[in-house]
Amino acid sequence: MKYALLIYPKPGSSDAVSEREADAITAQYMALREEDGFIDGARLQDSHATTTVRVCDGEALTTDGPFAETKEVMAGYYIFEADDLDWALELAARIPAARMGGAVEVRPLVEVRAAYGTGV
Amino acid sequence: MSDPSRSAAIDAVFRAEWPRIVAHLTGFLGDLHAAEEAAQEAFAIAVQRWERDGVPAQPRAWLVSTARHRAIDRIRRERVLAAKAPLLASQPVTEETMQETIPIADERLELIFTCCHPALAVEAQVALTLRAFAGLSTEEIARAFLVSDETMKRRLSRAKAKIRDSAIPFAIPGPERLPDRLAAVLAIVYLIFNEGYGAGRAELATEALALGFMLCELMPDEPEARGLLALMLLHHSRRAARVREGELVLLADQDRSLYDMSQIAAGRRELQRAIALRGRGAYVLQAAIASLQVDPAPDWSEIAALYAQLAALTGSAVVALNRAVAIAQTGATEAALALVDTLALGDYRYLHSTRAELLLRLGRLEEARTAFERALALSTTEPERRYLARQLDAVSQPV
Repeated sequence: MKYALLIYPKPGSSDAVSEREADAITAQYMALREEDGFIDGARLQDSHATTTVRVCDGEALTTDGPFAETKEVMAGYYIFEADDLDWALELAARIPAARMGGAVEVRPLVEVRAAYGTGV
Repeated sequence: MSDPSRSAAIDAVFRAEWPRIVAHLTGFLGDLHAAEEAAQEAFAIAVQRWERDGVPAQPRAWLVSTARHRAIDRIRRERVLAAKAPLLASQPVTEETMQETIPIADERLELIFTCCHPALAVEAQVALTLRAFAGLSTEEIARAFLVSDETMKRRLSRAKAKIRDSAIPFAIPGPERLPDRLAAVLAIVYLIFNEGYGAGRAELATEALALGFMLCELMPDEPEARGLLALMLLHHSRRAARVREGELVLLADQDRSLYDMSQIAAGRRELQRAIALRGRGAYVLQAAIASLQVDPAPDWSEIAALYAQLAALTGSAVVALNRAVAIAQTGATEAALALVDTLALGDYRYLHSTRAELLLRLGRLEEARTAFERALALSTTEPERRYLARQLDAVSQPV
């Protein structure tokens, strides 16, 4: 099963880290990309670079900033193929943001085959 | 038509076989909900057949093959055979194979680790466990937890959907995960037991005891599983003595003739086994304390020492408060009060009632009165409030 690991760091949690600590943290993020089952992952630009789009009556309305007006915004994600939830939870626990006051949301991806049926 | 002894026999088979059959079918079908449905269907058929023909020689095999057969029929009907249970395609189950004795793996441990998975909400873990292991119906669980049938139904189906859709494993955790996951299972069992302490829900305590026995059977070398069983047995043994005419009776005032001595003996046996397995975990320590507490003249300094170990292990201020109570029982009231005053328990009501009792013993009546008032304001149950009001009255009398 594929899982998305959605990363919500604690706002400001990386402000006070030294350059050396920051390097170590980056290395941990990079190491997860070497794990079995890694499919994709990215760090997102900050919310200042975010634009939200809604289409009303066929017209696209764009607004500056993220969709949800909370301080915690998603800052990155991984997609992993894992045997079961336990593996996904273990990977999630290794994401530095999870121990730096932030949180990681683990969500299984809907399998396209299952979702649309294959006419068995 | 229906023979009472036959009905009782069927009932006994249901109690004994339900968890095993649900567990086995969950492994076979890969889905807890489908497993429960199939098991239920098989038991419904069994009731009809067995009332007429008697219980077969191998009821478990009969039930499993009937349930498998029904489940496969259903899956075929739903036309998702290939997606749900690919292994079925290669081994079609027919009426003929139903007559054979099929090997039935015991997968109850796998199932309880699924039901008590920490990714599920605690109340869902409790409900799933009671449904799968005690065989309680959704309505019975709803009644036991004082929620509507509808709420409980939603809770169970949401939990089962999460197990399926997020692939919560049906497996015994590997050695590195086992301690945490076992602790989660034991916590759910103990929570069910404690729910059973509420009035009119004694059946929950009984179910928790049955779960405790099952865990010891399935994991005979786990000292904490034995510790939990010992703890529950020792608490349960005092059940009849804990309430008199609707009022809580404190340990010192309990009528010991109401204690269940065979349960005490069984609890102590389990405790000895846990200690022999080098168990020094939280449940073993609590069971050791409970064992000392049922003695006619409890060894309070030993109890205080055990509470000290437990407090060090758990870091719990509530445990430290219990240690203070045990110290006070040895006569060291000043020392007990000094310990109580170091505890950061804020508005925890037993902190204030304990302080009040200690101050009263030391003759510091003015402070005792303030503490009783605070405890009374924080108290939530009627018997407790009545007790505190009586104490407050006594302190407020001019000497």
